[in-house]
Amino acid sequence: MHDGRCRVVAAVNAAGQALGIRSGVPLANAQALVPGLGIFEAEPEADEAALTKLAIWCLRYAPLAALDAPDGIWIDVTGCTHLAGGEEVLLKNLVARLKRAGFTARAAIACTPGVAHAVARYGGQQIAVVPADSLRDALAPLPVQALRLPSEVIDGLHRLGFECIDDLMTAPRAPLVKRFGTVVALRLALALGEQFESIHSLTPPDVIENRLAFAEPIRTAEVFAAVLDRLMRSVCRQLERAAFGARRLDLLFERVDNSVQTIRIGTAQPSHDAAHLGRLLRERFEQVDPGAGVEAMRLIATIAEPLPFTQIEALPQHGTTNTQDLAALLDRLVNRFGADRVYRMEPVESDVPERAVRYIPASEPPSGKSWPVTPPRPTRLLSPPQPVMVLAPLPDHPPRAFTWRRRRHRVRHADGPERIAGEWWIRDGETHAVRDYFAVEDEEGHRFWLFRRGDGQHAATGDLQWFLHGLF
Amino acid sequence: MENFKHKEIQILRSRIAGIQAAGSPKHPGTAIPFGIPAIDNRLPGNGLQNALHEVAGVGPETEHGTAAARFIAGILARRSGPLLWVQEWPDMYAPALAGAGLAPGRVIHLRAGRLVLAAMEEGLHTRSLAGVVGETSSRVTLTASRRLHLAAEASGVPAFLLRRSRRFDDAHLAEPSAATTRWRVSPLPAPPPILRAPTVPGLARAVWRLDLIRCRGGEAVSWIVEATDAQGCLRLVSDLSDRQIAEGRRLAAGGRTIRHVHA
Repeated sequence: MHDGRCRVVAAVNAAGQALGIRSGVPLANAQALVPGLGIFEAEPEADEAALTKLAIWCLRYAPLAALDAPDGIWIDVTGCTHLAGGEEVLLKNLVARLKRAGFTARAAIACTPGVAHAVARYGGQQIAVVPADSLRDALAPLPVQALRLPSEVIDGLHRLGFECIDDLMTAPRAPLVKRFGTVVALRLALALGEQFESIHSLTPPDVIENRLAFAEPIRTAEVFAAVLDRLMRSVCRQLERAAFGARRLDLLFERVDNSVQTIRIGTAQPSHDAAHLGRLLRERFEQVDPGAGVEAMRLIATIAEPLPFTQIEALPQHGTTNTQDLAALLDRLVNRFGADRVYRMEPVESDVPERAVRYIPASEPPSGKSWPVTPPRPTRLLSPPQPVMVLAPLPDHPPRAFTWRRRRHRVRHADGPERIAGEWWIRDGETHAVRDYFAVEDEEGHRFWLFRRGDGQHAATGDLQWFLHGLF
Repeated sequence: MENFKHKEIQILRSRIAGIQAAGSPKHPGTAIPFGIPAIDNRLPGNGLQNALHEVAGVGPETEHGTAAARFIAGILARRSGPLLWVQEWPDMYAPALAGAGLAPGRVIHLRAGRLVLAAMEEGLHTRSLAGVVGETSSRVTLTASRRLHLAAEASGVPAFLLRRSRRFDDAHLAEPSAATTRWRVSPLPAPPPILRAPTVPGLARAVWRLDLIRCRGGEAVSWIVEATDAQGCLRLVSDLSDRQIAEGRRLAAGGRTIRHVHA
C-alpha cells in the first residue's frame, strides 16, 4: 500500500508479526528486517467487497449490520441475543463459525459501537462482553489508538504523554479541544454513550421468493401445479415491479420428513413471464419424489437480472422475428433436451469436410458467415467414412463402379478430383496426407461423395483406399 | 326447369365450398409458392399451406432422404426467419443446407432422439419460426400427425415431416396421415453436363422425380424437376437428351394425374 510518501505495510500475517513487522511501517524497513519477505499488493476495493459479503452473512445474527472498514463489522444485536442463547454464546458461535470459514476474528459486545470497536481490537481477549455499567472501566486501560483517532492526533497525544484512554478521560477536555479540535472529545463522548452514534446498516440484496405452507401434506402433480401457479404469479409480480427477470429459478419441496427436494430451471434471457417459467418448471415435476407428502413449497429466483427495455409490438405479424418468442422456445428445448442438443452450426475455415462445421449454442448470435456454395457438398456426411470397393483407373480418373453395402453401383457421371490436402498445422500425421474427392452419379441417379486416400503417385500421401464420405 | 337445376347446383356448390373450408388452412394467402406455375397451379392456394407436409425418399433413398431433405431446405430457404430442424441423430451436413439457400444462422438444430415429434410440436407453438422440420424413422400414427397438423395450423408455422426408414419403401410410410400434402422425392439419372456431348466429364444439376401422392383439396401429380439450387428454387426439366428421362417425362412432366390416393 502507498501512503503518499512511500510504500508501507498494509497488513501482516501472524508469522510476520512474530518477526517484528507491524502494519504501517515503510515496506523498505520491513524488507530490511526480513530478507526475502513475501509481498502482495494490497487490494482495498476487493477487501471492502469481501467485508461487505461477510457483513451480509452476519445479518443471520441480527437485522442490522454495518461495515467498520477496513477490518471490522458492527452488528447491532440489541434485542437479538436471547435468540442465540445469550451474549457470550452468540459471540462464541460467531467466532467459531468464522474460524471454520478461515477467518481469525475477535468479537466484543458493548453498549456503544465505540467501546465494542476498542475492546474487540485492543482488549486482548478473543471474545469480550462489556456490561453497561463498566464502560469506563473497560475503556480506561486501552491505548489511545482504540478511539478511532487520526494518526497525527495519536502522534500528538503520544508526544504529550497520553498513553491510555484513562489519561484522556481524567484530563480536562478544554485544552485537548484547543489543541486537537473537537475530535478527541467527540470520540470519547461517542464511546461513553454521552452522544448517540448511528451505524449505517447494510441492506441485503432482496431475494425474490415466495413460500406456501399447507395444512395437509400434498403429493400429486396436479396440486403441485396449482400451487406453483400461485407462487409463480407472486414471484413474477415481484420481479416485474423490480423490472427484473429471472435467469434461474429454484422450486423447493419441503417434505414432511424434513428433507427438501429441489428442481431448478435456467433461462437464456431474463424473463418474468409466469406462463413460460411455469411451463419450464412443470416439465421437471416428474423428477420430484413427494415421499410421504410435501408440506410447503418455496419458489426462489436465485439469479435475477435487470430486464432490458424492449419495445412491444403492437401488432405482432406472422413471420417477423420476435426474439422473445424464440428465446422462450430455446429455453423450453434446452430445459427439456439439454443444452448440448440444441445448437447452430457455424462455418470453420477448413477444407477438411469433418472440420468445416462448428457447433455453437443456439442462444449465441450467429456470425452471419456461410459456407461456399460451390463445389456442392453432400446432404449427409457419413462419420466415419465407410470403406468401399472401387474399380477405378489410376491416377486421376473417377471410379467406374463401386460396391457399398454389398450393392454395386455403376458410375454414369462423375466430377472430380477435388484434391483436399491434410492440415499439417493441426496434426503431424496429416503432413503429406491427400484426399481426392469425386462426386459420382450411379445409373439410378443417386449421387455419392467418394474419396481416395493418396494422390496415386506418392506412397506418403495415402494408401489408395477408397471411402464413401457422403450422400448428395 | 333449367333455372331450377342451376339453382340446385349453386346450392350444392356452396355446400361443397363450406365443407372444403372446414378443412382448409386458417391462414390463407400465406402459402409458400414454388414459383413454378405448373406446380403451384396444382396446389390449393397456389402453394404449400402453413400446415403439416410429409416428404420421403423412394427406394434406397428412403434411408437417408437426401433429396427429400434438400427439397425441404429449398422450400424454407425461400422464406425468411429462423427455423427448427429436429433430428434423431445428427447426420445433416450443414454446408449442404447452405448450398440449398439456407444460411446457417437461420437453422436451429435439435437432436431429440426418440422425441422428434414432441420437439416438433414444441417448435410449432412458436409463431416466429419460418418452419419446423422433423426427421424421423419411427412410425407416425394418424393421431400423431393430426396433432402436428393442428399445431401447425394454429400457429401458421409450416411443418415438414421427413420420413426415413432403413427398409426401402417401408410400408409404414404409406399408412394414413393427416398431412395436407405427401411427397416422394427420388433422384433420376441426370443428363450429361453438356447436352449431346456425353463423353465430357462432370455432373449436371441433379434431376428429381417429384411425386405429390396426396394433396388435400387437390390431385396426385408427378413432375420431373431439376434439383434445388443455391437459391432454394426448383426448375422444371425443359430440354432432354436422355431417352430414359424422356420416357419418364411423357409419363409425368406435364403434370398428368397419375392416381388418386385417399388417405
